[in-house]
Amino acid sequence: MPIQVLMPALSPTMEKGNLSKWLKKEGESIKSGDVIAEIETDKATMEVEATDEGTLGKILIPEGSQDVAVNTPIATILSDGESAADLGKAPAPKAAAPSPNVAEEVAESRSPVGEGKPMIDAPKAPPAPKAVAEPDPEVPEGTEMVTMTIREALRDAMAEEMRRDPDVFIMGEEVAEYQGAYKVSQGLLQEFGAKRVIDTPITEHGFAGIGVGAAMAGLKPIVEFMTFNFAMQAMDQIINSAAKTLYMSGGQMGCSIVFRGPNGAAARVAAQHSQDYSAWYSQVPGLKVVAPFSAADYKGLLKAAIRDPNPVIFLENEMLYGHSGEVPKLDDYVIPLGKARIVRTGGHVTIVSWSNGMSYALKAADELAKEGIEAEVIDLRTLRPMDTETIVASVKKTGRAVTVEEGWQQNGVGAEIAARIMEHAFDYLDAPVARVSGKDVPMPYAANLEKLALPSVAEVVAAAKAVCYR
Amino acid sequence: MAAPKKSVAKESGQEKADGSHEPLEFTREQELTALRDMLLIRRFEEKAGQLYGMGAIGGFCHLYIGQEAIVVGMQMALKKGDQVITGYRDHGHMLACGMEAKGVMAELTGRHGGYSKGKGGSMHMFSKEKNFFGGHGIVGAQVSLGTGLAFANRYRGNDFVSLAYFGDGASNQGQVYESFNMAELWKLPVIYVIENNRYAMGTSVTRSSAQTDFSKRGISFNIPGEQVDGMDVRAVKAAGDKAVQWCREGKGPFILEMQTYRYRGHSMSDPAKYRTREEVDKVRHDQDPIEQVRNRLLAAKMSEQELKAIDAEVREIVNAAADFAQHDPEPDASELYTDIYR
Repeated sequence: MPIQVLMPALSPTMEKGNLSKWLKKEGESIKSGDVIAEIETDKATMEVEATDEGTLGKILIPEGSQDVAVNTPIATILSDGESAADLGKAPAPKAAAPSPNVAEEVAESRSPVGEGKPMIDAPKAPPAPKAVAEPDPEVPEGTEMVTMTIREALRDAMAEEMRRDPDVFIMGEEVAEYQGAYKVSQGLLQEFGAKRVIDTPITEHGFAGIGVGAAMAGLKPIVEFMTFNFAMQAMDQIINSAAKTLYMSGGQMGCSIVFRGPNGAAARVAAQHSQDYSAWYSQVPGLKVVAPFSAADYKGLLKAAIRDPNPVIFLENEMLYGHSGEVPKLDDYVIPLGKARIVRTGGHVTIVSWSNGMSYALKAADELAKEGIEAEVIDLRTLRPMDTETIVASVKKTGRAVTVEEGWQQNGVGAEIAARIMEHAFDYLDAPVARVSGKDVPMPYAANLEKLALPSVAEVVAAAKAVCYR
Repeated sequence: MAAPKKSVAKESGQEKADGSHEPLEFTREQELTALRDMLLIRRFEEKAGQLYGMGAIGGFCHLYIGQEAIVVGMQMALKKGDQVITGYRDHGHMLACGMEAKGVMAELTGRHGGYSKGKGGSMHMFSKEKNFFGGHGIVGAQVSLGTGLAFANRYRGNDFVSLAYFGDGASNQGQVYESFNMAELWKLPVIYVIENNRYAMGTSVTRSSAQTDFSKRGISFNIPGEQVDGMDVRAVKAAGDKAVQWCREGKGPFILEMQTYRYRGHSMSDPAKYRTREEVDKVRHDQDPIEQVRNRLLAAKMSEQELKAIDAEVREIVNAAADFAQHDPEPDASELYTDIYR
């Protein structure tokens, strides 16, 4: 029976790609290892190698096709002795795709609201249900909005700040010639040159220390960690050197530096690559910690972080990099650190989250609305300093609160939020604060277990109903 | 850079058979500067030891007695704008950089007039004005940080050099080699001054280090290194001159292993049972960096009286510092919450 060639996944989070080019024609013979096609994702162009021998029978997806889902059959290969006439024997492409596609399903469950496929730049993605957003006070009415991915928003923020201040530079693994492991620094080397866009060896502790030293000398480094999982090697320099020096020097010597990179779970990368450091860093005085969700916030907050004279931990989320959102077209869109944003207003229960946790929170709010429960959803955006005021004001209105985080529950950010609510709004509470979080386990690899280990929309809905006694 | 040690040595033209160098002769003025600066550190540290014994200084207090020639000789090789960073045995470095004895001592006693307003203590002091970047309590951290200072010099295109001091103990930390790699890769103007005082706290170098020749620790990165008699301030200055020149010319980092000895324990609370009294006395008697200069000056017909006058001047500075440090007020309670963010 003819063999089907499927659209390959080229990264843990890839869900779709473009078939840019066929390098073999129908009827051409193919050996294992031959490059038969080129595939383009939003991060890179990759070659597809044949794993089977035979003749290219039929091209099912023509070159130039956009947004081809992973595992879609793209061609058939005829084995020796088979002919084009055998093509009819190949199972229908749809049926041949592994079903259900577990990886996709997991990613789906964790994708931001309205963005079923987080890695797509996605004009074709289903439109996001309109959240009843309060207008961001920093944006003048009538400002033109530009749709861009979070990846692009980050890149633009860095490029704008590098244009503005010659002391700003970026260093990290693969940030320059490779254009960023996640393509966040795409084009920066071309614009700013190797002096300001610096590839480091794989040596987190060392380059974090060099970054802090350069910052003590007055430069403003952006240190990219390929992921924050690897920054554990650098934590001594981040905490003992960057965070404490201003205090230890009696205010003489500060450290204006941004440590940024993807934080938390990607997809199917297991325990050592899937950890949320929100709580770890936000415990440390001297650090500021930012963990945005929307594209506009990614841009405005990264610009603010780079300008901030203090060390800032900027926690990104790989699942969100390809997610698009509207960013105000302003010459200088800077969002002050330390201010939460009410993304959806409601009077029955307050849901507080940040970063990718917001995707569960917003979907849950939609579900709850169907049952007549109006949730007020707060995107914390900055974890330290924490905008207690906005949380407390909301809880005073709703009397109920749920926190949502991907990190672990013990000593988590949700625990801190609950404590602050208790301290500042105890008399207003109609129910104990509920916490939805990652489970108290290292992240498992198996798709079903991984899904169970993370928070879910259903858990948020259940928690909200519980605090509403429904 | 196959034989970097030799290539540098050739430039100086004073190479001995073993590749080391004759110490440069000091002028009388240089001898006097060295003597005064070393004496200031010695007397300062003796006083700090006393104040610690009286309970006026708390926590950890690591004295530099015995190692004075290193910071004093290296400082003589620097120019204004060069940066210095070190670990926790830092009082001598600060005094050599020109920071005031009063401010350093008041920091040791945790007073408002200390360099860090009393919030840093013995191991964490800084002076932007004197380009002294600390004072770091985590063994080895200053090596990456000092490499970062050199990175900033290179980024700005100036010809300043950064001096990263660390000990034989810190030399076994991983980030030291991460820094070596990047410093050579990017040709950063940093001098790694390894103060080998033979003991990492209580563990001798032979018990902790597979390679006890620390000047060779940069070999796998092609960083040139030299062993230097760290008890002879002239040898230190000569080695410093060469290393500084190497860095200023854009040739990258340089390692200087300063062979030295600390007379006191690792910290005030260290009874130093890991070595004999005789070992300490022998170094003191045969190699003391201050006595070496004093003897040369006496041989050059300087009178005992003149030398005593220098000692008296230094004692006066130290006594005034101790007095200030004990009478200056503690930081105001409101300082608890300042200097966390800018």
